[in-house]
Amino acid sequence: MAIEVRIPTILRTHTDGAKTVQGAGATIDELFKDLDSRHPGIRERLIDDGGALRRFVNVYLNDEDVRFLAGLGTELADGDNVTILPAVAGGAR
Amino acid sequence: MLARMLTITQALHDRIVEHARADHPDEACGVVAGPAGSDRPERFVPMLNAARSPTFYEFDSTDLLKLYRELDDRDEEPVVIYHSHTATEAYPSRTDVSYANEPGAHYVLVSTADTDGSGPFQFRSFRIVDGEITEEEVRIVAAY
Repeated sequence: MAIEVRIPTILRTHTDGAKTVQGAGATIDELFKDLDSRHPGIRERLIDDGGALRRFVNVYLNDEDVRFLAGLGTELADGDNVTILPAVAGGAR
Repeated sequence: MLARMLTITQALHDRIVEHARADHPDEACGVVAGPAGSDRPERFVPMLNAARSPTFYEFDSTDLLKLYRELDDRDEEPVVIYHSHTATEAYPSRTDVSYANEPGAHYVLVSTADTDGSGPFQFRSFRIVDGEITEEEVRIVAAY
């Protein structure tokens, strides 16, 4: 079960600079745990203390934002591509 | 090593200001892409503010994926990430700092707060790295 994961610039400190890494898992949640076993610290950049996906982290399965699928429970299949992108956001508020 | 200066063409500067003016009173946002490693903003990419708010901006998540795929395919980077403040000065807010995730980008802020005076819009550029704001000089040129 190989999943290709694209890592944004800001998180490449956890992947020795690699833009893409391989991971495994039946869901996004399992995939992040798997990534964390080889890239320590990456999971807490993505998941908050309550175990939810951080508000300003976007995770895509192939072309779809997982928030529009089943969130962290979104199921993965062999050969899927997952892309992680921090939101581009801000403002005077 | 980051250059402590943003060099940008007058034409790109004007397009950013024009976008900010057009979307006022909502915040406008977008990027200027350039060849990876060049530090040269070239391709103006206005983005939709999914928050449609006078005090907040966020790139739409689907547009964001499309943008980063396109940058990757073209071997480009977001050299400039710009947005407007519509009632306050062109200086990064705490919100701006907490969501600044591109340490290599020039964060450009335009203030449209002084529209009634039709005075020159503030156009300022910053680096935001590890929560630290560093303002940098803006050099406007006719061409690179």
